[in-house]
Amino acid sequence: MSSLSLCWLIFSVLTDGVGWFGFFLVAYVAFLVLFYIATYDRLGRLAAVDRTVTVAVTSAMILVAIPLVSVVAYVLVKGLPALRPGFFTHTQRGVLPSEPASAGGGLHAIVGTIEQVGIALLISLPLGVMTAVFLNESRSKLRRSVRIFTDAMSGMPSIVSGLFIYATLIIPLARDNAIFGFDGIMASLALSVTMMPTICRSVEVVLRLVPAGLREAGLALGSSRARVVWSVVLPTASSGLATGAILGIAREAGETAPLLFTAFGYNLMNANPLKGPQESLPLFIYRFIRQPLESSIQRGFAGALVLMVLILSLFAIARILGRDRTRARRVRRFGPARAVASVVHHDRERP
Amino acid sequence: MTDVASPSAPDAAMSHADGKTPPTAEIPVVVAPVRAPELIGGPPPGAATIEAIDACAWFGDHLVLEGVSLVMPAGQVTALIGPSGCGKSTFLRLLNRMHELIPGAAMDGEVLLDGSDIYGSKMRAQQVRTRIGMVFQKPNPFPAMSVRDNVLSGLKLARIGCSDKDSLVEASLQRAGLWKEVRDRLGQPGGALSGGQQQRLCIARSLAVSPNVLLMDEPCSALDPTSTRRIEETIAELRDLVTIVIVTHNMQQAYRVSDTCAFFLAGENSPGFIVEQGPTSKIFGSPDDARTLDYVEGRFG
Repeated sequence: MSSLSLCWLIFSVLTDGVGWFGFFLVAYVAFLVLFYIATYDRLGRLAAVDRTVTVAVTSAMILVAIPLVSVVAYVLVKGLPALRPGFFTHTQRGVLPSEPASAGGGLHAIVGTIEQVGIALLISLPLGVMTAVFLNESRSKLRRSVRIFTDAMSGMPSIVSGLFIYATLIIPLARDNAIFGFDGIMASLALSVTMMPTICRSVEVVLRLVPAGLREAGLALGSSRARVVWSVVLPTASSGLATGAILGIAREAGETAPLLFTAFGYNLMNANPLKGPQESLPLFIYRFIRQPLESSIQRGFAGALVLMVLILSLFAIARILGRDRTRARRVRRFGPARAVASVVHHDRERP
Repeated sequence: MTDVASPSAPDAAMSHADGKTPPTAEIPVVVAPVRAPELIGGPPPGAATIEAIDACAWFGDHLVLEGVSLVMPAGQVTALIGPSGCGKSTFLRLLNRMHELIPGAAMDGEVLLDGSDIYGSKMRAQQVRTRIGMVFQKPNPFPAMSVRDNVLSGLKLARIGCSDKDSLVEASLQRAGLWKEVRDRLGQPGGALSGGQQQRLCIARSLAVSPNVLLMDEPCSALDPTSTRRIEETIAELRDLVTIVIVTHNMQQAYRVSDTCAFFLAGENSPGFIVEQGPTSKIFGSPDDARTLDYVEGRFG
């Protein structure tokens, strides 16, 4: 309080027109100084430093959380009024732009997202897991370059993958073959280009957690390396594989850029991913939010809300599936590798 | 030899995951030992003599074992004793070609299994490891498999066929001294057992493929005294079935379980070698070498 009034005093006397931002900045600094002095007076230097730093770190955390919370809240406030059960059962068939946002729905976008991401997962999960196995289980000299390559791929801007599919498949081949036109499968290909490194990296981390003793045990029983991977390593890491797959889905479900010139977007239902433009939730948002009418913008926000809830629930599932592994990891740090499964099991049995 | 298994064998091994318990309720206190069923494509039956001739081992440029020659006779328990870092475990891993799995590792010399060199061009490493099983220091049952599947995992991994899986599971677990404790829990995950039980499960897993030799790398060092005693009893019971080579830091244990003994030693910056070998009673009673006497009486190491 005193800092606010002090600040007001300084500002009214010294300046006019720095603006509210400058006011709060100076007020915050003045507050920290006064807080330090007040605690110093009562508890001494050590406590004063401790508390001042605590306050500074806490307020920094709040500052960081503000954008996140406000994004969620804004979408919630704007999207919730337009979100009706009809959103999940209707498409935009016969809906005029001038109608209120509660008319029509986004079923076609939801179906499109599920199909595109599902096909992308079918493509990139085997490839990603195989690459991770190669990186972690083989002794090839190529591993280093492959790892650099996957790291570079996961850092690649996602629009480039869309552009890649557009330039290599759609432009040269679309005229002769309908599959290579704007459709869902092209979107899936573009998505899997960005999805594969995501899955590969998360699976590799999980494979690294499988104790080396298990591989040795398998080999000592007379197994080939490939069989050890297939029968021992992958089953042991299965919950981690599921987590990796879901994180991949969650990330790709929100991608817009690779879809812009692959799936293209469509206002009606198109359940066939092999032919014709297809809608998806990010494209739905992108296309509606750019339009001038208030009702269209509201539709976009409703789509954004659905997408956010979808991704949030996927992350929640991934966390629940991944919990076993994190717990096992904590145990392994203290004890021998055999504790991995037993501790998890006992925890479940105990009431 | 291991390649002639019927193609359906691995799938059949997986399909019995529920772990059916054979009807044992009417059997009285003493459980009659079950004969292990025939394996298709497994190792030849019986214990085998394993012999190392002038074996050397390197990690990179570092020579850790030099000129080790040792005969481990069939149907006997051979104990390898010596202070830490003298190459006992490395020697053990030479015997079933696990040494070569470590990057940069190399070896020289011969290891003969019933007279044929396991490093010879006719032998494949996988074949060797099926005939020479191994139990590790840390119990390492496969956490994703049930007790039953753990026992049968060797069949699946080495592609060995078996006509009667249930009795193989029972026979292997009986030999490892674990049957009575787990016969009602065959469907539970292997990791749910106690440490000592897990180690005996690993022994049962190794025995299920009926190896000729069983290598044990400090099998009791992670276990409590009671579990250790059970494992030692198991070793004594297995003596007739399979040649056992055991590395141990526990001199009393070596004295209790072994028929022959080899004492390893390594100087500072010099490779490990065998100081003395012979019958256990001689090594512990009246050894020829003063260093052996010092070690077995606990004056160093």
